[in-house]
Amino acid sequence: MSRPSPRSDLAMRWAMGTFKDRNRTIYTLLIIGVLLWPSIADVTTGGSGNHLVSTAADAGVYVLLAIGLNVVVGFAGLLDLGYAAFFAIGAYTYGLLASGQLSGSPLHHEFHLPFWVLILVAMFVAAAFGAILGAPTLRLRGDYLAIVTLGFGEIVPRVFRFLGAGSPIGNWTGGVNGISAIDPPHLPAFISGPWFGTPIQVVSPFDFSDSNWAPMDYYWLIILLVAICIVLVTNLYNSRLGRAWMAVREDEVAAAASGINTVAIKLLAFSIGASFAGFAGCFYGAKLSLVSSENFEFIVSVSILIMVVLGGMGNIPGVIVGALTIYIVQFFVLTNLPDYAVAFSNLVGLGFLNQSGPGWVGLHDEVQRLNYIVFGLILVVVMLIRPQGLFPSRIREQELEKGTAEEAVFDVREASD
Amino acid sequence: MATLAAALKGTRTALSGTLGTQLFLGGIALALAVLLLPKAIDDPGFFLQIVIYGTADGAIFALIALGYTMVYGIIELINFAHGDIFTLGYFLAIPLIGAFGLTEGSPVSIGMVVVLLVVTAIVMVIDGGINVVIERVAYRPLRSAPRLAILITAVGVSFILEGVMYVWQGANNVHFPDLLPDTRIPLFGASLGVKDVIVIASALVLVVLLNVFINGSKLGKAMRATAQDREAAQLMGININRTIAATFFIGAALAAAGGIIFGLYFNNIRFDEGFVAGLFAFTAAVFGGIGNIQGAALGGLFIGLVQAFSNAYFQAALTDVWIFAILILVLVFRPTGLLGMQVPEK
Amino acid sequence: MTEGEATPEIILDVDHVTKRFGGLTAVDDISFSIRTGEIFALIGPNGAGKTTLFNTITGLYKPTAGMIRFQDRDITGLKPYKIAEMGIARTFQQIRLFAYMSALDNVRIGEHPRMHAKLWDALFKTPKANREEARVTERANELLDFVGIRQQAHNYARNLPYGSQRRLEIARALANDPKLLLLDEPAAGANPQEKRELMELVQRIRAQGVTVLLIEHDMKVVMGISERIVVLDYGEKIAEGKPQEVRTDPRVIEAYLGKSA
Repeated sequence: MSRPSPRSDLAMRWAMGTFKDRNRTIYTLLIIGVLLWPSIADVTTGGSGNHLVSTAADAGVYVLLAIGLNVVVGFAGLLDLGYAAFFAIGAYTYGLLASGQLSGSPLHHEFHLPFWVLILVAMFVAAAFGAILGAPTLRLRGDYLAIVTLGFGEIVPRVFRFLGAGSPIGNWTGGVNGISAIDPPHLPAFISGPWFGTPIQVVSPFDFSDSNWAPMDYYWLIILLVAICIVLVTNLYNSRLGRAWMAVREDEVAAAASGINTVAIKLLAFSIGASFAGFAGCFYGAKLSLVSSENFEFIVSVSILIMVVLGGMGNIPGVIVGALTIYIVQFFVLTNLPDYAVAFSNLVGLGFLNQSGPGWVGLHDEVQRLNYIVFGLILVVVMLIRPQGLFPSRIREQELEKGTAEEAVFDVREASD
Repeated sequence: MATLAAALKGTRTALSGTLGTQLFLGGIALALAVLLLPKAIDDPGFFLQIVIYGTADGAIFALIALGYTMVYGIIELINFAHGDIFTLGYFLAIPLIGAFGLTEGSPVSIGMVVVLLVVTAIVMVIDGGINVVIERVAYRPLRSAPRLAILITAVGVSFILEGVMYVWQGANNVHFPDLLPDTRIPLFGASLGVKDVIVIASALVLVVLLNVFINGSKLGKAMRATAQDREAAQLMGININRTIAATFFIGAALAAAGGIIFGLYFNNIRFDEGFVAGLFAFTAAVFGGIGNIQGAALGGLFIGLVQAFSNAYFQAALTDVWIFAILILVLVFRPTGLLGMQVPEK
Repeated sequence: MTEGEATPEIILDVDHVTKRFGGLTAVDDISFSIRTGEIFALIGPNGAGKTTLFNTITGLYKPTAGMIRFQDRDITGLKPYKIAEMGIARTFQQIRLFAYMSALDNVRIGEHPRMHAKLWDALFKTPKANREEARVTERANELLDFVGIRQQAHNYARNLPYGSQRRLEIARALANDPKLLLLDEPAAGANPQEKRELMELVQRIRAQGVTVLLIEHDMKVVMGISERIVVLDYGEKIAEGKPQEVRTDPRVIEAYLGKSA
């Protein structure tokens, strides 16, 4: 058997290096961005950067969601069109069990369980719903999961909206008003307990109920959560399970013939994805202090799906970039575009466009109406030009890198034989 | 190899086989009887009224469901944009009706009927043409790409269509000229409106025409062959691209007709309301057996009735929940639907 | 199993198996037994039902009638992954590799049923999981070496040349540590040199104690390596025996050799 020639070996290492570098570059840039963001926000706004920091924390929720959906869509190749339902389940789990809401329910008792416990509860509740929904469906044709999750995604917000005041079984969820005045997280007693004298001073008062500091605290909390999730999901990706998901995605028949319980492995991916949404929902409810059914509509599921697809299905750093990009497009570009357009038209002397008239509602509103088209065009054009996303999942990069290293070891051993 | 994957996944569920069919039909009949019989006995006139309304709604759902089921049958795409194609038909008809000089309050005459038929025909062709262009630009290039890609473009197209209608007509309800007479004929304690009759009759005519076309014409046969087995159809000399384009055209034309009928009946729609109507229609298609023309028509009728009953007798706020619950339950327990699906196993 | 002389243990017993698709009977009341350690061939003209029988044995199809026993255990109608777990591995007539995974990963997938890392281990990369990964990777490399494509370990499966893809599929099946290996036309599309190498590979696999059941069109290959042969025609068994017996069977000559000649 011929050995790889030194040149091809070198080429391979170089190629591996770029693959590896791409992800490493993304992570490095992300870390730098995360560390600098509070300062950037403060400097650019002249000392009132809290709003920008808070927005970044909101974006972090979407990053979490995208990472979770990526397990379902990117790793296992299952289409989930109702992911926001699990997000809602997580958010409502926290909202109900960490606010005064249930005092008005037939239970007549309010719960104020700690955030850190509920984050686990929310994960399990969402995962359980995922399992209940997935178990009967995943045995069927692939499309059915898409349709069933779509239906589930439509049902969940409507049920939460229905179970408000005036529902036949009492007011559980606050209906259209949602649940408000939700408890902020508190640091666990072993950190902030009396023996510390004052709360820890890492980022000054680490107190989620202090409106001055809360944005910063939520920011660092979500960064921590996202970081933990990235590590865990990367581990999954490189594990026996990650490999099995990919096999099922590539060829279900061959995977089954290779001894993979395809239904069980898909169900696992689906439930893990759901648990991530529950996790993210819990944080979301705590940060906003408000949970309302209208924040979990179909458009949210679609947005998260687009984040995953745009970033590059299966590739975690790609998905993070996708999530941030779509978040920025949705919440900055599209929301501010009308104002930019108005400013621009004034600047170039077309100010009359800003007046509304027959068949013209003024430039500001006209541009605002373009939102749908712009968003739709992004979807279609990205799919047509780059269906694999911006940073597609290459062949299990880290594995390959490890593989070459191992091969080198083997080579030495063979040579010494 | 397609059969291998099918064998692995299978569509065998709790309610397959003859016994399953009986259980399925029996279950629906039982549920309807238990829920509705007391209400029907209590006030038969009101009950009949609800049936009339439900049938009219169902006729419109059926027209949307046909396009859904045909497109899914032939390229297995859940065409999310289809509901918006329906709304687009409604929107396109308004200026045309104005252009022909018809306004609200115009006297009912033969001329008006002719104009309405002409407008409907024009809108059907335009909307169908738009759908063909959409298929050509956004779906065809991705036909061999992973399934996910084409589904996402469908969602994207839906947004674009909604955006176009939004830019065009704004965020409020858009009024459709109320041209049909409001005459109602008393009927066993209920009343049957002329509008109800027109809606139901025109939907029926379109469904019958479609059936004749699918079963009788050469193109219809090509469609069925392509839905069964695209490769074999190609080998038999069928032009696949043209057949798929024709399917999109007919589906959109029917949805456009549905949009106009909706306009004449309800007179109001918002630019984004077609999306949920489309999802309901998809439920109807699944209920009837996806890919099955008669199934979609029956499914539409069923969904229309469920909606009317739920709104009238139960919590209107939960109507959508019931319909989507039906979608899930049918897929889980009887994915072949009422009449059996006509989609090749993949 | 007969008493008395040292009859080899029966590893696979196909007992009056029938498979119908609607009105078409693809496999019609077939019975045969494979002894542990032998190379057994299934031959017959196109459409004779060989691959259908493979799919029935490996659980992709449920037989319409009949029973399949593997090492005296009834495996009729079990799920494919259960059958794989029990130690039956296979390749496919039309190669079914995981195209966008490396050759190494393809082989490691084959080891999936022999691995024990649970969700917890995977999430937290426990030492147990790491040890297992290392072990599995080493064995996967050995298997790639065994089939002779070690230097292509890090290429996408789809980028491998056709012959290497066939070998990779065999390596993936071997990774399961099977007791019985089902090869569906392994020599299809191979040139004479590759066919010789393939026959030699099958011999080496058997030498490792794996029983081999193979479907093959090429009579040279079949006659060269198999110890016993069953001939199918239109779903029915028309002959069974040693290569030289089958070769001279008039029904076989008529049904198979006659037609293909």
